[in-house]
Amino acid sequence: MPFDPVIAEIRFGCGLSPRVAPPASVDAMLSRLAGPDEMAHALPIPPYSRAEPSLREQARINRERREGKGTAREAETEAAHDAMREAAQALRRDAFQTSMARGIATGDGLRERLVRFWADHFTATAKNANFRHMIAPYVEEAIRPRVAGRFGDMLFAVATHPVMVHSLDQQRSVGPNSDFGDRRDRGLNENLAREVLELHTLGVDGPYGQDDVRELAELLTGVTMNPQRDDVYLPDRAEPGTETVLGVTYGAEASLEVVRDALADLAVHPATAWHLARKLAVHFVSDTPDDGLVAAMADAHLATGGDLLAVTRAMLGHEAAWSPERAKVKQPFGYLQSALRALDVPVGTVVGMERRLWGRLFDRPMVVMGQRWEEPEGPDGWAEAAGDWITPQGMAGRITWALETPSRVRDTLPDPRGFVTTALGPDAPAEVVFAAGAAEDVAEGVGIVLASPAFQRR
Amino acid sequence: MQRRGFLTGLGCSLAASPLVTPVALAEGPWDNRLIVIVLRGAMDGLDAIRPVGDPAYAGLRPTLAGNGLPLTDFWALHPSLAPLMPLWRAGEFGAAHATSTPYRDRRSHFDGQDILEAGTVGLDGARDGWLNRLLTEVPGARAGTAYAVGRDAMPVLAGDAPVSRWSPDARLAISPQAERLLGLVYEDDPLFHVASADALRIAAEVDGAQSGGAEMMRVADFAAARLVEEARIASFSIGGWDTHGRQEVHLARALEGLAEVVLRLRDGLGPVWARTGVLCLTEFGRTARENGSGGTDHGTGGAMLYFGGGLRGGRVLGDWPGLGDLYADRDLMPVRDVRAYAGWAMRGLFGVDAGVVERVVFPGLELGESPGIV
Repeated sequence: MPFDPVIAEIRFGCGLSPRVAPPASVDAMLSRLAGPDEMAHALPIPPYSRAEPSLREQARINRERREGKGTAREAETEAAHDAMREAAQALRRDAFQTSMARGIATGDGLRERLVRFWADHFTATAKNANFRHMIAPYVEEAIRPRVAGRFGDMLFAVATHPVMVHSLDQQRSVGPNSDFGDRRDRGLNENLAREVLELHTLGVDGPYGQDDVRELAELLTGVTMNPQRDDVYLPDRAEPGTETVLGVTYGAEASLEVVRDALADLAVHPATAWHLARKLAVHFVSDTPDDGLVAAMADAHLATGGDLLAVTRAMLGHEAAWSPERAKVKQPFGYLQSALRALDVPVGTVVGMERRLWGRLFDRPMVVMGQRWEEPEGPDGWAEAAGDWITPQGMAGRITWALETPSRVRDTLPDPRGFVTTALGPDAPAEVVFAAGAAEDVAEGVGIVLASPAFQRR
Repeated sequence: MQRRGFLTGLGCSLAASPLVTPVALAEGPWDNRLIVIVLRGAMDGLDAIRPVGDPAYAGLRPTLAGNGLPLTDFWALHPSLAPLMPLWRAGEFGAAHATSTPYRDRRSHFDGQDILEAGTVGLDGARDGWLNRLLTEVPGARAGTAYAVGRDAMPVLAGDAPVSRWSPDARLAISPQAERLLGLVYEDDPLFHVASADALRIAAEVDGAQSGGAEMMRVADFAAARLVEEARIASFSIGGWDTHGRQEVHLARALEGLAEVVLRLRDGLGPVWARTGVLCLTEFGRTARENGSGGTDHGTGGAMLYFGGGLRGGRVLGDWPGLGDLYADRDLMPVRDVRAYAGWAMRGLFGVDAGVVERVVFPGLELGESPGIV
């Protein structure tokens, strides 16, 4: 197998670093991934259940603010509300900075990349201000601990997570014949059921029909969220009777265990295995991946009951994964992250960066490059094709960032003639080596290396 | 000078770039221009275009109803739109009233905008926007045919057809030496080569056209500059319409801004203005009654404003339902789907077949009688 440490770090990790050595073998990559999550410990992001201000706290402060209007307490309740909003914005920014910084410091870059892949696969977006700081905590809680675990466990954790439930309106879905639905004249919302089948498991071309969507929506009734309470399941909203999804009939007695069973079956369906295998191969290796690579990964999924470590092993164990052609383009987040890593920017420069400076150097440039942090346009997440990112506007953003920002985040820039090897490895293309040395000044030389296709591809 | 050197030094000629194909577009159906402005936050149509002749109006709007500019015996214009009066008289500014999307009752900005931009009856399933579906139906559309301009994502243009984006935050000003060296490192990678060359060309054009004014002016300048060249469709959004309190101040500010944008577009488009239609769409109207804080709350029926020499203005379209019979006892009754007005505008501007509008662009819509918008 043609393992190559430079490809390993660039294609499957967060890029080359002058400080952290690339992995020595596929086994080393996999044992890091199967071992403890060092970055989650060293650079923590609070999981949803510990993220403040919580939904409950926000509901309380919002209520007190409404009640305080026009009373003697108004100044106090308004101040409490402003402080809460500020705390939420600070958490959101801190989690963004920490997510970026983990990729600078880690020796386990594959894990960071898998977290971003699965966070995108299970895209949840904030539908109102109370959820804007909860996206990273959702990822930290439902997704990150399971990237080397069983897919079915991740699917269940996500589909019953309050942030996903709210993002896809599941709390509005009520069994029409349930006690609650009957009393309130409420009905189904198929959004979560549809996305579970279309995006999360079988895929849009999968073997399901509208009947399966409706039956799964009925089966998912009861799964809910409420800012005031911790319940993720309320039996009085569940549609009574059996439901049949993809020909399997599930128990007449509605419960969260029935939901778990149905999701577990979907997680190991052959269509799911192929859908996920292809999507992973497209994300990491090529927009048009090798059929043998996809088959090896799908086979591993089916042979192990959806063990994601085994699927990852199958990918890294296939020779097509190590093709010397760098077919993928880094998305803006990964582009900036790998640039910071190559530049050896101190973690402390990124984490805790002042709000306005962060906006100018990172948040807004990523928007220009086409990737507004945590706000993809739909539940299908970010685009994969290189041509969706390397657009005129995207290139304007990337070139401008590469030329202007490195000198803002490092006191002294590295010599471009050495940096070209730090960033691209010993086989850097001759024209980039030449251009780095021919630049007018150091910032321009560093910028040209970072703006080169060789650095932007993986 | 150096920039020119870089561009002419390209391995493939600019004419082969997907963004530079003026000839193909000028032929066939693409002679006209369409600009869709999404007014995010729900514009109060009853205050922008005032039914002062309706006997119930003054009673519903005790503080907001005054000093409009008469358009007819029945209609008056919000005073902040006074700069657009010459356009009204020239037939280049009109409105459709008592209109809405199919969205009802929940009155959420997010859902309302999603439905407006999806162009569908409900929210189930659609991931693309109606302007993008239009692009898939008109032959000859390229990436440079349609532009989403500004910081917003513009879901109305999202979908399978290629669309270009430009944000006023995007800029590219680099030294001649950096430009030369980047030309060298991109030479063997066609994807990077073409995108960076286009970026430099567009950045240079925008720098030339820009006055450095407020963000919305830069958006308007950019849209006009592209539409004069190869683009045929542009879309951007303007916020600031959610006037729950002190509407007299806040709506005046928003409408003044809109008037500036429209005039800026007209000036930037020059002779092309005569072949342009501008549609200003909003997610829903606002309550017929003023609320207790001098504002209005989320409602249902409202108004669509439209501009441009390519549309027939100087009139208020739509049957007037009257303010005596309110939707849910609170909102202006919508009597026509706003998609029908947009659909007829597209028929007129681009010759799109009625069946295509009803099946592809706005599935589930019945276009009905021509409202005379084109």
